[in-house]
Amino acid sequence: MTASSAAVAPKTISSAPWRERAEEALIPPLVALLVALICGDLLILSYGQSPATVYRLLLEGTWGNAYGFGQVLYKATTLAFTGLAVSFGLRAGLFNIGAESQLAAGGFAAALTGLALPMGTPLILALPVCMIAAGLAGGAVGSVPAYLKTRFGAHEVIVTIMLNFIVLALLNWFIAGHLHVPETLHTPEIHAGVLPRLADIDSRFHGSAANLALIVAALVAVAVWFYLFRSRGGYDLRAVGLQPQAAEYGGISVGRVWMRALTFSGVIAGMGGINYVLGYKHYYEDGFASGAGFLGIAVALVGRNHPFGVLIAAFFFATLSQGGLAIHAFVPKQMMDVLQGVVILAVAMAVPEVRRVLRGARRRVDA
Amino acid sequence: MSSGPPSTSQAVRGPTSAVPAIRMVDIEKSFGAIMANRGASLEVMPGEIHALVGENGAGKSTLMRILGGLMKPDTGRVEVNGRDVTGWSTNDAIASGIGIVHQHFMLVPTLSVAENLVLGCEPKTQGVVLDYKRAADDVRKLSNETGLVIEPERLVSDLSVGEAQRVEILKVLFRGARILVLDEPTAVLSPPEVRELWAVLRRLRDKGDTIVLITHRLDEVVQLSDTITVMRAGQTVARIKTSETTPAEIARLMVGREVSLSAGKRVQPVARPSDLRPDQGLDVRNLGITGSHGVRVVDGVTFKVSPGEILGIAGVEGNGQTELIEALAGLRTVAGGEMLIDGVEITRRSVAQRHDAGLSHIPEDRHRRGLILEYTIANNLILGVQKYFSKNGIIDRARVMENALEEIASFDIRPPNPLLVARVLSGGNQQKVVVAREMGRSFSVLLASQPTRGVDVGAIEFIHQQLLDARAQGKAILLVSAELNEVLALSDRIAVMYRGKFAVVMPAAEASEEVLGEYMIGTKKGNAA
Repeated sequence: MTASSAAVAPKTISSAPWRERAEEALIPPLVALLVALICGDLLILSYGQSPATVYRLLLEGTWGNAYGFGQVLYKATTLAFTGLAVSFGLRAGLFNIGAESQLAAGGFAAALTGLALPMGTPLILALPVCMIAAGLAGGAVGSVPAYLKTRFGAHEVIVTIMLNFIVLALLNWFIAGHLHVPETLHTPEIHAGVLPRLADIDSRFHGSAANLALIVAALVAVAVWFYLFRSRGGYDLRAVGLQPQAAEYGGISVGRVWMRALTFSGVIAGMGGINYVLGYKHYYEDGFASGAGFLGIAVALVGRNHPFGVLIAAFFFATLSQGGLAIHAFVPKQMMDVLQGVVILAVAMAVPEVRRVLRGARRRVDA
Repeated sequence: MSSGPPSTSQAVRGPTSAVPAIRMVDIEKSFGAIMANRGASLEVMPGEIHALVGENGAGKSTLMRILGGLMKPDTGRVEVNGRDVTGWSTNDAIASGIGIVHQHFMLVPTLSVAENLVLGCEPKTQGVVLDYKRAADDVRKLSNETGLVIEPERLVSDLSVGEAQRVEILKVLFRGARILVLDEPTAVLSPPEVRELWAVLRRLRDKGDTIVLITHRLDEVVQLSDTITVMRAGQTVARIKTSETTPAEIARLMVGREVSLSAGKRVQPVARPSDLRPDQGLDVRNLGITGSHGVRVVDGVTFKVSPGEILGIAGVEGNGQTELIEALAGLRTVAGGEMLIDGVEITRRSVAQRHDAGLSHIPEDRHRRGLILEYTIANNLILGVQKYFSKNGIIDRARVMENALEEIASFDIRPPNPLLVARVLSGGNQQKVVVAREMGRSFSVLLASQPTRGVDVGAIEFIHQQLLDARAQGKAILLVSAELNEVLALSDRIAVMYRGKFAVVMPAAEASEEVLGEYMIGTKKGNAA
């Protein structure tokens, strides 16, 4: 736009940059999805099946019936928490690979709290207490790489990866050695904090694990959005993520922001533990996280690090994962894992590439 | 060692002495919207030391990367020893005897000197095992021939910076380089190391090698080179014999852009407010800063800037100005000394606390420090003062927008849309955002570092006027600029910084380009205050 056309501002502030940014945020993932679909077609064909049939089954098994949809929502809930956690760190320029163990620690703390609370504690009290416990546990795990990074400059990727092993092994030791119900690897059932399921509200969801944690995840996403884009802390955090030297110049303590970002990333991931523990099984079971923390990295990347993008991406990855079960009769469900991998690679490659093309096209239009 | 030049050098020098060793014509190279080279040319005769000078960002390094095959030019022609080699690869360049010694060392610290040198062309016994002894012998022989003394067995991680650089030079010579390009070789060296390097370079030249020296230190150019090529803003502006020029002329060619506020037009003294306390303004006492290699980059600098005064710091870049400003702004720890604003000690205070004490800072690099390029103009206008635009931790967006519209209007930022991201603005308007933010609020001391770098003429005048207005309002201003004209036109007093010290502080009325030039290159030393 030219200076003269903009001189009529402020009343007619141009929205063009916002549209451009929306395009740049949305088009690359869509292109990546297309690439993934094509790869999926080829894979399905290689099993001698018709892609149309398999995709129809996939949709029927996920969005096509209430149970399948409920399962998608359940899986999306945990992914939303871990995705939000990873994206929160990335906004500050930090890569939290530790969501897996933070999620497990959060679930463990939620279960212990649920066990410690007296029987019959009302949910309105039990839920916040359990969530705080879960958040504290996740935050405690997250604060270790945060401290080591600010104090000694240890790279957060290495520390969080290694910490996953330590924390998961510790939890395994607690469960296997002290807290398990005989013959199992899980704790007794919690006394308080059991979340109502979606099926309690609408019986068509019967059998699916979707529960109130879904609403909590959405609320956390809104809170993260508000913090990032409306609060001073978020202003500082994004500044550090974009240009640490400019942030430093602006009087922002980069170390403090790192500390806060990684710790709260852990808090968010830890709170994700309530979905399984309070909402589904009502006990902590060793290994319940089963990769949801790692998948959160992909969710954050595909969701373009925007809280609402993360929700969409979580829903998408949950669909793929549930869809794998629906099409199991025709193609191995591992095909969905392959497709997830393809989506991640496609996003990683398509985003910068498609952006470049978009910008180039725009320049040509302007010229 | 001095048993006469090797026969190969005769072959190069004899029959081809009329053919330039390097000839680059009308080189253009752009990176996106930035033109790094726009019609640059370079002609270097064999057996000479050729200085390639210009400010940071003048396109020197790009030109040398093209020569070394690391990049291909968009247009233009590159010839080496008369052969058209435009767009060749790094391997071709090395095979043809081009050796580039980079500013940043590219050595493997865990290997020995000899191992680093033979890396990629290791001598082997029976074609398999590294012949370590032969490698060490080869290195020692070359080391003796050139005077670049170094023990081949030592680990690179144990070497000093000067020694590591010797290894870098040996490395390119070892690969048979006859045309050496040295990029800012003295940036990290101490004075004795610099003298040693000069001796080596002269010896190599006398042996018949061709040397291109990239630098922006004029003293080095004058001492060492035979011929000089001056670049400015991506173009070659002059090619002169060193014996036929003066430092002042080189300096003018380097930085001399036509600015409407030209030399000769001087500020008039303003009446100072009479109710001044003696401690008002900026007071710096015996400030010392240690650089990344343990070198004293700022060494015992003492000065005062009073309210209503502009103290200009002139000097060739890289003499400690950047570090001085960063230390004053709180972005760099100091080794010793004190800093006070209006009598308040700020030496150990944080950036935010210095803001509160009344310090404003226009940083020299707006892309790295001054702006968050992905933030909107409105958000950039509150960087550093965001706490005043938030209540209970929530940003007050209405006030941010109000502030943005106000500053956009009073500093004439175009386009006047607070929601545009800073990245899309022109350089001049980006700088106006920085200036608006730093000068649009209350402050008592302003650090203005290269305030008009890379800014168009209109914006330069505007920013100059802002600085003069602030001075008239009784602000204390410390101005650092590579533009001599700017320093001369705006300052009440001028200090020249040379090798981390103030070489001289003088009233602007007594200063001129010629006078300052001599202090800038260190040929004259004065009342170091």
